[in-house]
Amino acid sequence: MTLPAAADPFPYSHLLAIEGMKPWEISWLLDEAEQWVEAGRRPRKHDGRLAGLTQVNAFFENSTRTLLSFEIAGKRLGADVVNLQTGVSSVKKGETLLDTALTLNAMRPDILVIRHDSSGAVALIAEKVDCPVLNAGDGRHEHPTQALLDALTIRRRKGRIESLRVAICGDILHSRVARSNFHLLAAMGAEVRAVAPPTLMPAHVERFGVTPFFDMDQGIEGADVIMMLRLQLERMDGAYVPSTREYFHRFGLTRARLGAAGPDVLILHPGPMNRGVEIDSAVADDIQRSAITEQVEMGVAVRMACLDVLTRKRRGERA
Amino acid sequence: MIQPPQPILFRNARIVDPDSGRVILGELLVAGRVIAAIGQGLAVPANTQIVEAGGRVLAPGLVDAGAFRSDIAAAVAGGFTSVILMPDQAPPLDDPALVERAERLGKPRLWVRPLAAATRGLLGRELAEIGLMREAGAVGVATGRAAIADSAVMLRLLRYAAGLNMVTVCHPEDPALVHGAVATEAEYATRLGLPAAPAAAEAIQISRDLRLAREAGAAVHFATVTTAEGVALIAAAKRDGQDVTAATTPEAFLLNDIALAGYRSYVRLSPPLRVEEDRLAVRAGVADGTIDMIVSRHDPQTEDAKRQPFTEATPGAAGQALLLALALTLVHDGVIDLPRLFTLTSLAPARRFGLSGGRLAEGAAADILLLNPDSSRVVDADTLPGLAGNTPFDGLPVSGRVEMLIKGGEIMLHDIGGSRS
Repeated sequence: MTLPAAADPFPYSHLLAIEGMKPWEISWLLDEAEQWVEAGRRPRKHDGRLAGLTQVNAFFENSTRTLLSFEIAGKRLGADVVNLQTGVSSVKKGETLLDTALTLNAMRPDILVIRHDSSGAVALIAEKVDCPVLNAGDGRHEHPTQALLDALTIRRRKGRIESLRVAICGDILHSRVARSNFHLLAAMGAEVRAVAPPTLMPAHVERFGVTPFFDMDQGIEGADVIMMLRLQLERMDGAYVPSTREYFHRFGLTRARLGAAGPDVLILHPGPMNRGVEIDSAVADDIQRSAITEQVEMGVAVRMACLDVLTRKRRGERA
Repeated sequence: MIQPPQPILFRNARIVDPDSGRVILGELLVAGRVIAAIGQGLAVPANTQIVEAGGRVLAPGLVDAGAFRSDIAAAVAGGFTSVILMPDQAPPLDDPALVERAERLGKPRLWVRPLAAATRGLLGRELAEIGLMREAGAVGVATGRAAIADSAVMLRLLRYAAGLNMVTVCHPEDPALVHGAVATEAEYATRLGLPAAPAAAEAIQISRDLRLAREAGAAVHFATVTTAEGVALIAAAKRDGQDVTAATTPEAFLLNDIALAGYRSYVRLSPPLRVEEDRLAVRAGVADGTIDMIVSRHDPQTEDAKRQPFTEATPGAAGQALLLALALTLVHDGVIDLPRLFTLTSLAPARRFGLSGGRLAEGAAADILLLNPDSSRVVDADTLPGLAGNTPFDGLPVSGRVEMLIKGGEIMLHDIGGSRS
């Protein structure tokens, strides 16, 4: 996609949400990420462009893989990366979130990567600090780098995103991954389907340009991409669905079920997977169709691109 | 012996009496703590203070049929002379001594009229000492911020309160449905990823409580009605002759769920903001008389309680200082007239809970406000009078300022032409 001359390809100081981003801005970010995919496959992966900059990963909700991905991304770019996790912070001692934010700010980080279990909490912190903020997941709201890495995976495998049929299946109600993907995929012109039992489907998803399905077989029919979501085990004990067994029977992704999807269907999962709950092992490990480990690799590349782009102004570079 | 206050004569005032529905341009004399005379060319005592009203509105002092805090500065700035206090205090008003103490909170500047907690600790299980609390000054009995989940307890409460001729104030939200929710199930809650409950939680609770009240022969008042379905249920019950009244708030007829965008914790309310169709239905209900009162649900919150992520912030808004200006928008829009405005905000609450007030007539208590309906300003949360300024209307231009407030013949506020916010 070509840009008007002199236009800022990424006119934001933070990355808080996909909602509101223009398709050409998304494409540009994905283009930026491509170089880091190649760089990551070389034996020497280091690039020093963030040297001397401090990156704080403040995770107020437990995470292993996303935190690791951001840490590796920052380190490959040469940043001094510091991790703060809820369990060892003063948040547990009753300090308010904003006080914690102001404390972090006073240490003069150059970029803050934040995850929090409340929707909107990352935007609240962004209002109070002086550096770029990257949302690594806020409540049920958004997880923008996950949608970007999914998009990069799809684009590299399928060559495009536009007009693909993408079925997002599972616990849509509680999923920030689903919301960010709705916005991104709809902006990029994909046909988006949401597949879930009614108890896990939020109200008015059709307003996102998404078609809801309560039946898995109908929902994935002819799909080019199936994106499975993790189902928290505590939601399956009769609270939102009757049992793991019934959920797998009705919504689990199995080889038999895949027959309804397109022949070259691509299978994604943001991880961590519950094998035998939402996805059958045989499907998850199908190297022809499953791109689940590739998503992890794309995650590092996308996060490197975001860290690079968000700190360019500080580094005195034009975006 | 306490000196009676100096007599006051208002000249050129638009005198609004919601009781008779009349608006006249004339004079009103306050003497000896009551309204001594209304008319033209009144004879006045020698030491009378003359107030040139210049066409401003003279109306009864407001009666707030539901506040969560006793906040004198907010009440006086807002033109309130009586405030009915919800039992959700710390500790809850579930004991006669606590009711007696609450009643003294605002004196002499403000009359605080407490509602008795329906159950001990407002836990919804055992009936509190409602009869003793009535004798201590409770003007009604209330379930508080939440409905009573157990229908058997609710039925016994309604029967018991009916036996005491007390109105039961019900909170219309099904407790199980709204548990953990901070928004109404609709597009914006989904967009923002907020835990949400269906708007039907209100209709479900109103249906049950109306039916139980009919069973008990009890008088009920719904503390706040905010949905189209809720308004329709109240209208139907009134058509059937049931003894029911209902209130709403300015938030319910001025805002909808779009205001959630941006996660401003000042917009975290209970009940939460509804969709546009509900807002319009509430407005229509205020106009056609289905909804009887506009109340503040005044709930000032500290900065610490509000400077939180949306889902963790304490719900509630500071409502008293702005209520009249916000309700006046309905007059400006031609939805209601001035007498109806003061019926909603003064006469109807006074009547329902057995208080004096709500009338501008000779011999009535001199609880009076002078309103300049054209005085405009931009709402500024930081300078809002009262304990806190947590209003979802921050930044909104409004017109209508209370420039004088008289309580029992005494001047509580006098700021004609002033710029106080």
